[in-house]
Amino acid sequence: MSNTLTALKALIKKDLVLYFSNRRALLMSIAAPIAIAAFFGAVFGSGGEKPTRVPIAVVDADGSALSKAVVAALQGDTTFEVRELAEPEAVALAQKGKVRVAIVLPAGFGAKTPAALMGGGDKAAVTLHYDPSQAIALPMVRGLLTQHVLKAIGETMGAAPGGAGPPRSAFSAPYETQALATTSTADRPYNGYAHSFAGMGVQFILFMGIEVGVGVLLARRLGLWKRLRAAPLSRATLLGSHILSGALTALILLAIIYAAAIAVFNVRIDGSVPGFIGIAVAFALLTSSFGLLIAAIGKTPEATRGLAIFATLIMVMLGGAWVPSFIFPQWLQTVSLVVPTRWAVDGLDAMTWRGLGFGAAIGPIVALLFFSALFAAIAIWRFDWEEPRG
Amino acid sequence: MLEARGLCKSYGSRAVVSDLSLAVAGGEIVGLLGPNGAGKSTTVAMLCGLVAADAGEVFVGEGAARQRLTEDSQAPRRRIGVVPQELSIYENLGTEANLALFGALYGLSGTLLAERVAAALALVGLADRARDKPSTFSGGMKRRLNIAAALVHDPDILIFDEPTVGVDPQSRNAIFDNLEELRRRGKALLYTTHYMEEAERLCDRIVIVDHGKVVASDTLAGIERLLPATQVLEIEVDGLVDLAALGALPGIDGVTQQGELLRAGIADLGCNAPALLSALAASGRRVSRVTSARPGLEDVFLSLTGKQLRD
Repeated sequence: MSNTLTALKALIKKDLVLYFSNRRALLMSIAAPIAIAAFFGAVFGSGGEKPTRVPIAVVDADGSALSKAVVAALQGDTTFEVRELAEPEAVALAQKGKVRVAIVLPAGFGAKTPAALMGGGDKAAVTLHYDPSQAIALPMVRGLLTQHVLKAIGETMGAAPGGAGPPRSAFSAPYETQALATTSTADRPYNGYAHSFAGMGVQFILFMGIEVGVGVLLARRLGLWKRLRAAPLSRATLLGSHILSGALTALILLAIIYAAAIAVFNVRIDGSVPGFIGIAVAFALLTSSFGLLIAAIGKTPEATRGLAIFATLIMVMLGGAWVPSFIFPQWLQTVSLVVPTRWAVDGLDAMTWRGLGFGAAIGPIVALLFFSALFAAIAIWRFDWEEPRG
Repeated sequence: MLEARGLCKSYGSRAVVSDLSLAVAGGEIVGLLGPNGAGKSTTVAMLCGLVAADAGEVFVGEGAARQRLTEDSQAPRRRIGVVPQELSIYENLGTEANLALFGALYGLSGTLLAERVAAALALVGLADRARDKPSTFSGGMKRRLNIAAALVHDPDILIFDEPTVGVDPQSRNAIFDNLEELRRRGKALLYTTHYMEEAERLCDRIVIVDHGKVVASDTLAGIERLLPATQVLEIEVDGLVDLAALGALPGIDGVTQQGELLRAGIADLGCNAPALLSALAASGRRVSRVTSARPGLEDVFLSLTGKQLRD
């Protein structure tokens, strides 16, 4: 029994010593949960944060005193960040995901709504063009719109809000709403798989990029790097081959993932096909240059893999692949603009279910190529060409 | 065929290689020996162009074809084949595909590449396993493929960095046969090893380095002449002995003990051996066996560096 106990203690001690002597792994075990918990705490509110304003657009096609009062009330509501626009611009913003909802107050709204409130006449039809990938904002917009309309009616009719209304049992909204998802075409319903495939495709292809980088580190450890470097090849050829092979692998993987999405989940490229291809190519280059950056910064394959997965998860979270970016605090939304995954996910969304044209792909393509060049430049600068000495 | 002149390399304030020169001619195997940390790996890295020397030069080729090797030069590299100590092959790529890849790195393609791949596989005895993946090979077969990968572009110079580590005797002999065949073909071979018997069997000349400097460079016979003793006495004793006291005896030097085996260089068996045995008896040690032999490379190495080769 005592021999067993001695052996058991020695084995336990060995495991503890080995684990706690690996400082990088230890740091990851502590830093990762703290960082991710901090992220979700920031996203879902810690109580002290100023609430994020929901971007909406409002179209006043009526121009009446009531519609103007409603627009003013919405603009004064700290829940919203309101832009007053013409209908085509407002709908376009919703389609691009720049606003969650575009509210269209129709002609006749000011005349029909007070009467409808009192129980007589036709109701005006308010159209709500909403971004279906962020439809969670729609019920909130509906509720606050109703509140502001009722308040405006009271103010414009010279009565206190709620004071001269109809009996509560007979209450209904004094206008009708028509919610329209801003998909590529009116007859194409929103397909939630399209956004999921963009997010998860980006995440797992970046994981492949990590393997590219770790592969370089393993090659160096195994001596393959020595053999490759001894060959009559320029550094540009050697590093360029890794960038191109990684990019080709990423491109093939993305093609297979989207082929499955199209064949099985009815995802469609409703926007520009050249734009989709452009974003895919730019993202593939980003993936491989990210892998090379990992190889340049990393020391050992084991430690580097853990750190790179952590960095990738943070990038993917900030990119909006897990939770929609609009629920981020404002500062985090700003930060996410300098995260390449955000451009990749938004770009793929734009070219698939949003159905946007090539113009909407230019921004993501330029951003992804910029990050690719930045990562590659840092990788080349930091890359340890010299063999570890023995 | 391969010449290094005055190579120097330091890392920080530590000089790893200092003014090291060596040359390897075609049809010759030169052994590069030294204890761990002597600067062998750094020297090999400079000879392959992997590490830039702080000072000194490396030349490849002879006569009009002689070229200086630098970190960025490509043409001289085509004439060098490197067999790293580590297995430098892709285990999940087919054997033929591995060699085709390494040949392509040197600009080979088409029929010529196929011929060279076949020739390299034939030389190392793996022609019948061309389609198999190295992951299915024994350690010895992987080592032979590791060598074939350096041969596929038919280089004039081959640099072997301990190519037989962890290899069974049968595979080791097969590798030696390969190396001797390459020498017959006129290749210049530089061979670093920890195994004295390999150096003794294979090498036409031996360069011993320590602390980054060449401490001896000659043929095996010439190296052995560096040792003043003409014989080595091996004595089995039943306990530890005072090595310093024995080494102080006339005509005795290089006294070492490993377990029960005592080794001593001895200038004259007839004159000096009795005094040595008497000293052992006087110290209370019982001698159970005595043999004598000519001094070997290991004795010379020990004498020059003061270290076992595996230290």
